[in-house]
Amino acid sequence: MNMNEIIKITDLTKSFGNIIACSSITLEVYPGEIVGIVGESGSGKTTLLKCASGLYKPDSGEVFFRSDDNYVQNICNISEPDLRQLMRTDWSFIHQNPRDGLRMNISAGGNIGEKLMAIGNRHYGNIREAAAAWLEKVEIDSSRIDELPSNFSGGMQQRLQIARCLITEPKLIYMDEPTGGLDVSVQAKILDLIKKLVEELNIAAVIVTHDLGVVRLLADRVLVMKDGHIVEQGITDQVLDDPHHAYTQLLVSSIIQV
Amino acid sequence: MYVAVKGGEKAIKNAHDWLAQIRRGNTKISEIKINQLSEQLTLSVDRIISEGSLFDRELAALALKQSRGDLIEAIFLIRTFRTTLPRLATSKPINTSKMICKRRISATFKDIPGGQNLGPTFDYTHRLLDGLKGPKNLVIDTERDRAEDLDMPKILDLLNKEGLIEDQIDTLEEPIDITRSSIQYPTTRAARLQALSRADEGFLLGLAYSTQRGYGGTHAFIGELRIGLVAVNMEIPELEITITVAEIEVTECETINQFTGSKKELAKFTRGYGLVMGQCERKAISMALVDRALRWKELGESYQNVPTQNEEFVISHCDNIQSTGFVEHIKLPHYVDFQSELELVRKIRSQQMKD
Amino acid sequence: MDELKYNFAYLDEQTKKTIRRAILKGLSIPGYQVPFSSREMPMPYGWGTGGIQVTSSCIKQDDTLKVIDQGSDDTTNAVSIRNFFKRVTNVQTTEDTNKATIIQTRHRIPEIPLVEKQILIYQVPTPEPFRFLEPSEFETRKIHALKEYGIMHLKLYEDISKNGHISTSYNYPVLVDDNYISAPSPIPKFDNPKMNNNPAIQLFGAGREQRIYAIPPYTKVISLDFEDYPFEATKANAVCQLCGATDSYLDEIIIDNAGGRMFVCSDTNYCQNNLLKKIYNP
Repeated sequence: MNMNEIIKITDLTKSFGNIIACSSITLEVYPGEIVGIVGESGSGKTTLLKCASGLYKPDSGEVFFRSDDNYVQNICNISEPDLRQLMRTDWSFIHQNPRDGLRMNISAGGNIGEKLMAIGNRHYGNIREAAAAWLEKVEIDSSRIDELPSNFSGGMQQRLQIARCLITEPKLIYMDEPTGGLDVSVQAKILDLIKKLVEELNIAAVIVTHDLGVVRLLADRVLVMKDGHIVEQGITDQVLDDPHHAYTQLLVSSIIQV
Repeated sequence: MYVAVKGGEKAIKNAHDWLAQIRRGNTKISEIKINQLSEQLTLSVDRIISEGSLFDRELAALALKQSRGDLIEAIFLIRTFRTTLPRLATSKPINTSKMICKRRISATFKDIPGGQNLGPTFDYTHRLLDGLKGPKNLVIDTERDRAEDLDMPKILDLLNKEGLIEDQIDTLEEPIDITRSSIQYPTTRAARLQALSRADEGFLLGLAYSTQRGYGGTHAFIGELRIGLVAVNMEIPELEITITVAEIEVTECETINQFTGSKKELAKFTRGYGLVMGQCERKAISMALVDRALRWKELGESYQNVPTQNEEFVISHCDNIQSTGFVEHIKLPHYVDFQSELELVRKIRSQQMKD
Repeated sequence: MDELKYNFAYLDEQTKKTIRRAILKGLSIPGYQVPFSSREMPMPYGWGTGGIQVTSSCIKQDDTLKVIDQGSDDTTNAVSIRNFFKRVTNVQTTEDTNKATIIQTRHRIPEIPLVEKQILIYQVPTPEPFRFLEPSEFETRKIHALKEYGIMHLKLYEDISKNGHISTSYNYPVLVDDNYISAPSPIPKFDNPKMNNNPAIQLFGAGREQRIYAIPPYTKVISLDFEDYPFEATKANAVCQLCGATDSYLDEIIIDNAGGRMFVCSDTNYCQNNLLKKIYNP
């Protein structure tokens, strides 16, 4: 199968009992592209993210992922070992709560270096050096490499999680409200960091948020979801500056303009 | 010096001889008889039967004597004997609704068909020491045991006629035998009930108590508690007959717990179940509470991160023979492991001193 | 009921068969923990019941059995297990590693190299090498099934970061046949290299945890490490003060109230043989 997209979702539907969380969603993401999915809670955006990352199986529809070597896998019927392999190499998942993405009883260096060990790196010095370099990249002093995550502030923990996720230079990252639990002042810095790193490494990203500010800053393209449907999509600036759908207009008008 | 490490053989013999002597106690006092134990320390014998999972009062009493009254040690003796017994056949499930009850109570209904019957219970005794002469006014009534041949329907079945309590549906699956294959997680209720039925009474009691104090919570009422004799029947396929091979005493506790229900389903009560060989009431009640707590997933309840909801935690640690063995094994020499730790600590220290 | 009779080697033949099936499965998938229906044995769980069941299932009339605990034939539990087998099998027992066909061991591998047709049976308290990283059996089975083995190196990484060394000195995890990570049982890491390419059959029995695993003869067994922090089979930096051996694992014995100590071979049979050699070939 030939595809140019890195991930292609076609006609995906997922319900829970009587509730349709995602209804016939189609979405493509190209290499290096950042796609934002916005909507209020219950709009189906998180369900879509979980289907795209193989955590949920959709009721119908497909999710295709293309690796660097143009190998295409259908995420909906992938085996668990293959899915885990993707998670270790081509993908990463940044959780809203850094505690869900970090091992809290393992040092910062261990957390960041874990994926390298998981894919077979067996040189302590190299792993440690890479972890230290990544600490600096996420703007944490590398002398803190042996400290436990609990010694770091919430924003710093999120930086640790980002370093942990990006050390293997994945091709695609999924983010679920990556700055959700942080102070506004910290949020902006983390978003800047994510933007810088994602561009530098040319990573594609799918970011789910209810915050249009996050989308405005990060996303090339945006999809607006409501009640399991995509109600509007397009280039981020166009959608946010000239929203067509009434719901998008409502969302945009509800942001306090700074 | 090195000789001190040798001589294990002799040390063991000395220990065994001393044990035998102290077990016998003062030889001026007459030796206790097995039938005295089985007749007069009945509840100890019952606990050995239940946790040893072998119904034989005489062997249980023998084990009690041999273990100097240490119940876990006695249970251990019974278990190791039990495991060597050949399996000649499998009996049919016992039918507790046909039980000849010596005790039967319900905490949920004042009057029940067949009547409430306290039986030989400590419940309303005043816990005062009798004094050395024992209780006054011993009334012997040899008819007591067999007096009740009445029809005693199960209380929960009566509730079920109204649809007020969940159905007990026979899955018709052959249950695994936890003494013949190892338990795999996640496990089945049948496997859990087997494990709980032979579990340590104290462990279950503590767990059950924790559910009542807020670590979990299943709001149980005792729908029915019955103790009595049931027949063990076996089919002889060649002869196409069913014969009774034994009559055993069991304690059964059925609890009525908080109701479930959803938009689709009418509200109804749920069940916890305890069944234990012998008269082991505290254990049967505890078992029912723990059983109910472990059913959270099946009943669509949320996980509250409490021990009684974690089947691996409960089932892996409830067997007192496993627990006591491993806890006490640290008495065994660990020279070698300790020596290697010693080397390491020294190495790390010398490194640290250099730095 | 005066004297209860037991089958040869205590377990009934049916049970032995099921255990042998588990052993064969273990040999076919080196390092894989095979669940088996462990029986209550006349010794407590944690005192070698797994090893005893494996020995029971393998032992024949013409076998010669050696039992060691901490390297010694004469520690109390070794004596107790040897006596048990004498009582229920009547087979020959020996302290001589060379003469034994079956060696049941707790926490050591004999110093004298084993040969083909010998069976080394380990008593295993915790068969799951990931147990102290992940308490749930359900999860650890998943770790093995999906080969998510990175976390073992993560543990070693943390060791080095904290202490400058890998601070596992016994029960040091091994990779068997380039496939499964396994627990060698609490042998000192000094013994780990002996597991590699060993001509003998190595069987591991965990009674309480109901698992059997195995390493067939001449199987690759490597101890996990980092390239720049290679595995080291360490022992006390001393010689045996009885036989003068420099190549054996040593026990440290406190000899007086002032805390004076001496080092002696942990493998008592090895030590004795060395002493005899000295006496006869001075």
